[in-house]
Amino acid sequence: MSVSARVGLGSAVRRAAFTPAIGRNQIALRTAILKRGVQTQSLPPSASQEILNAQRLKRPSSPHFTIYQPQLTWISSIANRATGGALSALLYGFSLAYLVAPGTFDSAHIIEFVAGLPEYLKYAGKVVLAAPFAFHFWNGLRHLSWDMGKFLSLKAAYRAGYAVLGVSAVTTVALVLM
Amino acid sequence: MQVLANTARANALRSSIRSFASSAARSQAAPLEKPVLNKEFKIYRWNPDEPAKKPTLQTYTIDLNQTGPMVLDALIKIKNEIDPTLTFRRSCREGICGSCAMNIDGQNTLACLCRIDRKTSKDTKIYPLPHMYIVKDLVPDMTLFYKQYKSIKPYLQNDNPPEKGEFLQSQEDRKKLDGLYECILCACCSTSCPSYWWNQDEYLGPATLMQAYRWIADSRDSYSSQRKDQLQNEMSMYRCHTIFNCARTCPKGLNPAAAIAKIKLELAAE
Repeated sequence: MSVSARVGLGSAVRRAAFTPAIGRNQIALRTAILKRGVQTQSLPPSASQEILNAQRLKRPSSPHFTIYQPQLTWISSIANRATGGALSALLYGFSLAYLVAPGTFDSAHIIEFVAGLPEYLKYAGKVVLAAPFAFHFWNGLRHLSWDMGKFLSLKAAYRAGYAVLGVSAVTTVALVLM
Repeated sequence: MQVLANTARANALRSSIRSFASSAARSQAAPLEKPVLNKEFKIYRWNPDEPAKKPTLQTYTIDLNQTGPMVLDALIKIKNEIDPTLTFRRSCREGICGSCAMNIDGQNTLACLCRIDRKTSKDTKIYPLPHMYIVKDLVPDMTLFYKQYKSIKPYLQNDNPPEKGEFLQSQEDRKKLDGLYECILCACCSTSCPSYWWNQDEYLGPATLMQAYRWIADSRDSYSSQRKDQLQNEMSMYRCHTIFNCARTCPKGLNPAAAIAKIKLELAAE
């Protein structure tokens, strides 16, 4: 190529490359005569969308929360939802139960039922109730401070997260011993 | 005359090389042989030519002492020497193009900026960006991500350009764009966001929203009210629950969560 360019044959060679196959060099003739190993199908450019759509239908979705590293960021967010959901379910469940059967779910009956439980079960039950409440309460304050524009750096968000965990633990212990 | 001088110089050069090569220190120096340090890489594979086959993790073992320091070096070595069918995107190898974004050991990052963990007892797992449709192996389909970016009109909009010269901006106003304009759109943050995983079709995701804020915050742009109106609905932005996965994972150290919180504050003030 460089030789032909130097003697001014560049454009002539280029023109030759675009003339019909018969006029082209030997390589073109040889490929036309030889049987091809791979058969290709001639399609108009408009067919590309169809091919792409057919491929898209078969594409798998890559794995997400099963492979993602557990981090305080999203684990505390999920915990916030779960505790919120559980506490709401308890509140609504108890209220509806009281509405349906006021005789069995009034305060006197509940007190009587809990008083009859063994000591360890009382403490376990208290932890199960107190821990989600404490976490949801303090983490709720963390969320409110974000919405007010506070603790928005990554470092501050992490510090607030660890603080919430610590304070929740203390609160849980305090509530259980109450 | 010239030829003679050249030969003389070449002779002199050759003799000096020989004297150096035969010096005592040179003959005694032994080449440094680094010990073999094999590490396993488990890499997500899926081939579109066999769509019925489920995606699998394929294990490759390479010698870390014969590999560059970054995960991208390991991927290139595997592709060059072990398995040429391994497919991944890469370009700049210095964290400015955003092509090699993938999930390495559970965290989204750029393979070119992620050092290989030299602990050989633990394997390194490499997945494509999470919850994306996979074109092949580590290559996700980014069509929707780019469409979302386009939808926020990521360019300066101002109907009253200055009569002469450029738009001027105070230094304080320019400072507001720091930490926003550096985004390279690698999609690490968006694909780390659980809200984006579940609501990709309607929620714009952290990367796009941070760019939306980049134009809202720009003092030269006069369309900020229209830009805010576009986000004033249930899905586009308010699916952000301030999870902070985006800020945690950003390979450029940016903070999309803070940018979105600032949009929320501005929308609340309207």
